[in-house]
Parts: sequence; C-alpha cells; structure tokens
Amino acid sequence: MRMIPNIPPMARYLMRRFMTGLVTLFGITIITFVIIKLAPGDPAQARTVGLQGKRVSERVYQQLREYYGLDQPVYVQYYNWMDRLCHLDFGTSFYDGRAVASKIRDALWPTMSVAILSILLAFIISTPIGIYSAARQNGPFDRSVSTTLYMVYSIPSYVIGMLLILYLGVKLELFPFRGMHSDNYAQLSTLGKCIDLGRHYFMITVCETVGSLAYYSRFVRQNLLEVIRQDYIRTARAKGLSETQVILKHAFVNSLIPFITLLGLTFPALLSGSVILETMFNWPGLGRLFFESVLQRDYPTLMALNFITAVMVLAGTLLADLAYGLVDPRVSYD
Amino acid sequence: MTEQNTKSPGFWGRIWRQFRHYKLGMVGLVIVVVMFLVAFFAPMLASERPILCRFDGKLYAPAVIDTFRQIPLVGRVIFHSPPFNRASFVFKQEFNPRRGDWALWTPIPFGPLEMAALPLQSPSRLHMLGTDEVGRDILSRMIHGTSVSMKVGFISMGIAVLIGLFFGAIAGYAGGWTDISISRFIEIIMCFPTFFLILGILAWFPPRIENVMIVIGLTNWVGIARYARGEIIRLRGSDFTTAARALGAGHSRIIFRHLLPNSLAPVMISVTFGIATAILVEAGLSWLGFGVQPPDPSWGNMLRSGYDNLFTAPHLIPPPCVAIFIAVLAFNLVGDALRDVIDPRLQGSMK
Repeated sequence: MRMIPNIPPMARYLMRRFMTGLVTLFGITIITFVIIKLAPGDPAQARTVGLQGKRVSERVYQQLREYYGLDQPVYVQYYNWMDRLCHLDFGTSFYDGRAVASKIRDALWPTMSVAILSILLAFIISTPIGIYSAARQNGPFDRSVSTTLYMVYSIPSYVIGMLLILYLGVKLELFPFRGMHSDNYAQLSTLGKCIDLGRHYFMITVCETVGSLAYYSRFVRQNLLEVIRQDYIRTARAKGLSETQVILKHAFVNSLIPFITLLGLTFPALLSGSVILETMFNWPGLGRLFFESVLQRDYPTLMALNFITAVMVLAGTLLADLAYGLVDPRVSYD
Repeated sequence: MTEQNTKSPGFWGRIWRQFRHYKLGMVGLVIVVVMFLVAFFAPMLASERPILCRFDGKLYAPAVIDTFRQIPLVGRVIFHSPPFNRASFVFKQEFNPRRGDWALWTPIPFGPLEMAALPLQSPSRLHMLGTDEVGRDILSRMIHGTSVSMKVGFISMGIAVLIGLFFGAIAGYAGGWTDISISRFIEIIMCFPTFFLILGILAWFPPRIENVMIVIGLTNWVGIARYARGEIIRLRGSDFTTAARALGAGHSRIIFRHLLPNSLAPVMISVTFGIATAILVEAGLSWLGFGVQPPDPSWGNMLRSGYDNLFTAPHLIPPPCVAIFIAVLAFNLVGDALRDVIDPRLQGSMK
C-alpha cells in the first residue's frame, strides 16, 4: 500500500537541504577566494613582470593594484568579488581580455555533451550486464564479466585514451583525435557534419564511458541482489509470475533508485578526468580551459571555473537528493 | 601449556589470517611487495654503475651504496669513496679491463638519466623496451619510475591519514557544533572536482615532487576523515571508553590510546584505495607537466613523451600504461580483500 504523500515533512526537508546548500555555497566562495589569495604574488605583479624600467613598472604596478582593488583590505576584496558574482560578472580574462563568462559558456557544451553521452552509454550498456549477472549470480557469466570489469575499472581513463589514440588513431587511422571537428568542417554537408562530429566524439566518449561502465554494472548487480532478497519479490514469485517478469518489472525498477545518487557522484569525477582527457584530445571543453588558465596564471578564469564547477556539483547532489525523495516514497524526512 | 598457545592473535593477526584466504587480495599484495622491492632496489637493478667492481686495484660497490643512500639520513652517513663521489666521474669511460678492472653490472646496465644509445630506438636485445627521445633506456626509467610512484602513493596518503584522522577524531569525539562545522567543511571540499583543486593549488608552487605529494595529501583526506568520524562516534559510547573515562583518562588519552587504534582498521581500507588514486593522480599530473620534471623519470612523464612522439615512436606508450594499470589494480585488489575481511557487510561493492 502506498502512503498518502505527506507534504509538510517533505517541504521542511527541502527547506533544510536548501539552507545547508546555501551554507555550502558560501563555503565554496570562501575556498575559491582563499586558493587565489594563497598564490604567491598578485595579478598586478604578474602583469608588470616584463615591463622595462623600474619606475615605470612601479607606477603601472600601483595603478593595476588599484584597478584590481588589491590595495583594499581582504574582506573588502572578498565583498567586491561577491558583489560581482551576484551579478554573474566573472570579469575579463588576463590572458586574452575576453569576458570570462563567454569563455566558459563556449567550453560548457563540449564537456557536457561528452559527459551526458558517456553517462547514457554507460547506463545502456551496463544495465543488461548487471541484470544478467545478478539473475545468474556466481554463474560463469557473472564471474567472467565481473573479473573483466574489475580489471577495466583499474585502468585510468587517460591510459585508455593513450592506447586508443595509439592503436585506433595512429596505427589504424580510424578516428581523428585532435579537436571537435576537421578543418574542412564548414564546407561539409549536414550529413557529413554529423559523421565528422561523431568520428571526433568517438574516442573521448569511449574513454569517459569505460571508467563508469565497470562501476555502473557492479552497482546495478549489487542493488538488484539486494532488492531480490526483499519480501515483495518473494510475494511476486509466490503469485506465480515468471522469473523474467519478477526481475525486470519488480526488482529492476526498484534497484534503479540508488542510481540517482550515483549520477550525482559521477559528475565531479567526469569533470576531474576531463582535464587530462581534453588536453589529450585537444577538446575545447572546461577541463582544457582550466588547464590552459593554470598555465597562463589567468586568475579570473580560474576563480570562475572553480566556483562554477563546485556549484554544478553542489546542484547535482541537491537535485539527486530531491529526486531520490520524489522517486522513493519510503524515504523519511524526519 | 606454553605461552604461545594461549596468546590471542590480536586484531591485525586475525585480519591477516582471513586475508590469506582471499586469492585476489594475495595476488595484489604480492604485486605491491614486488613493486616495493623494485622501487627500493632500483639502483641495483638498473644503473650505469656496477654492483661490484674492481677499479684501479680497489674494490667498489657503487650501486649498493646508491641503494642505501636513498634512505633518509643514511645519505649523510654513508658516502661514495673517491673517485665515485665525483659527479664528473663516469665509470663506463674510465673502465679499463687491461689494467685488471672488472665489473659486475646491474641486470640492466643503464642509468635512468644516461643517454646510452640513439634516440627513439625500437626495442632490441640491448634495450628491451627501446630508448626515448634522448636515447635513455626505457626499461631503466620504468624501474626508477616505480620508486616515484610508490613514494608519492605512500607519503601523500601518510599526510592524508594524519589530517583525516585529526579532523575525523575531533569531529567524532567532540560532536555538537565542532562536528557540524567540520562535516560541513568536508562537504564543501567535496564539491570541488579533485583534479581542479589539485591543479588550482599546484599552479602557484614550483612543480616539484614534494609539492605534488603535499597537495595530493591535502586534497585526499576527506574520505579518511569521514571513515574515522563514523568509527569514533560508534566507539564513543562503548564500554571500554566509559571504563577509561571512569579510570580518570583525559580526552587526549581516550582519543589517542583507545579510540583511534580501534578505528584504524576501516581507515586502512580507505588508505589502500587512496594510494591507488594517488599513484594515478601523480602520473596524470606528470603527464600534464605538473608532477615530476624531466629528466627525472616518472610513469606519467614517460607517457607524455610517448604522446609527444606518437607518430615516430609508438613503443614509448605501452610500458607506462601497463605499469600504471598494474599498480592501480594491485592496490585496488588489496583494498577490496581488506574490506571484505574488515567489513563483510559491504562485500563485493566497489569503493
């Protein structure tokens, strides 16, 4: 019997979750700010390093300090930075003078599209594997697959990337591995563009998928095994349902619930991995942007990226918690 | 009865007894031990100087001395005898069999920095994995890279354990607002993708291996802190804590003598997985050029030189790939078996 949804505790839970989220958000801004403040030297120094003449550089240095507000106390600097953040103003890049917001916006899609694709792919491939392994627990299929997946799980994604580039990219010349599209992309027909994009997406998506694949299928298997032991599964079997129906309709759907939390965990891992993978595949995404900004000592971009990724992760976990509550009526909010 | 029969095996003894029955865990442990030995004896496995030699009428053992000089502080006590202490002294050039010199070379008679042959040569009998872009023997560099990975893995996790146990113990023991603020702080740290955090900090310091270790340690302690906190909360209310308090033990004595030792076992699981992560993060950082700096060898920067010479020298890529894979796999296997022994509830789930 389903419980009648009880609104107040849920609303209270959401409020509380939202409030802690706000505290965390505040903490994120502090940490981001501190990391930049930890840095030896300041942006004004970095920009005047190459200038000729001591007096000129001294004058320019003072001007820049004023410009960046570095002559003010730290808490005023923090306040000003927060003030600009609230207006979604991330400043302009030290490196090329472009607005940081537009740099990040351009890099967002390449990273997100690969992440979404790889999560979907991992889900589609790992679900049947997990179900079959759980249904035939400790059978030959289960044993061989879990051993293989365990091995695969231990290969870092950048190692897979290097091997794919070496064998599929260089030796067999099957797939391109530099950038998102070929040089002649603009002249291609619509179909040609799709094929070109697909070929470029292939290897980097595979790299990101393989890591989560092993994790996901073990996760599906584990959850399914847990659900199968529940009373309502025994009831379903007692009713005389076929094993397929029991597993797919009753057990599997319920075993999906913890998956939501897993999605929240996968996301930061994918972002982390994207730094090396995107540099390796010359992919114009967030990871490569971050790495380039580190090399260029581009404070505003770094701060914005740190802040935005942390907020995305935070939002992801909040959403996962929320969805968890919506999907699973057994969760209590007290 | 003799004393031995009545003596209980103790907590770690019991863990070891069960651990022995996990085949995969034992395989992992053997690999870890072998990697340890390779790392420590690297100067005696691959060096441009011999293990034992006769030079100009005297006996020397330069590779053996190199090995022991790696141990901290020993380098201040044991020295090479002249002429081996001179940086400009190249034994292979001065070696003269006609004078009666002989040498017992290391199994791979090339040093990790020695430019022993032509660059980018494919594997041959002399150089089993070939040579890199400046003609250094790759097998020798792989061997010396092992010690970099092991050092980073263990030292950075050592740092992480200290920080994690400290915060975890305080949060778990004190409870209340201390607990809330520390837990919240951990939650905030976890919002930053690890690699972003590491690179974000590392960017401001010279890329040296010590800094890499410290930063990995500084960013890797949250898991340990959470484990320790949970354990200490569980043990805080136990009888032996109450007994200790009744005997008049102070807070620090209760934490350090009673609670922490008892919560170490679950922390060990987290540490083992953490070492695997540290090794792969170090290799990744070195690949990006932020870890171990050339010419010093690390699996990561060797993989990078493979990437930079993709079309001319494909033989550079597989060796570091295999090494990183085996190292990560070994620690994961040990961690998995350890968890099955210590916490059977979680059997079979990953990390």
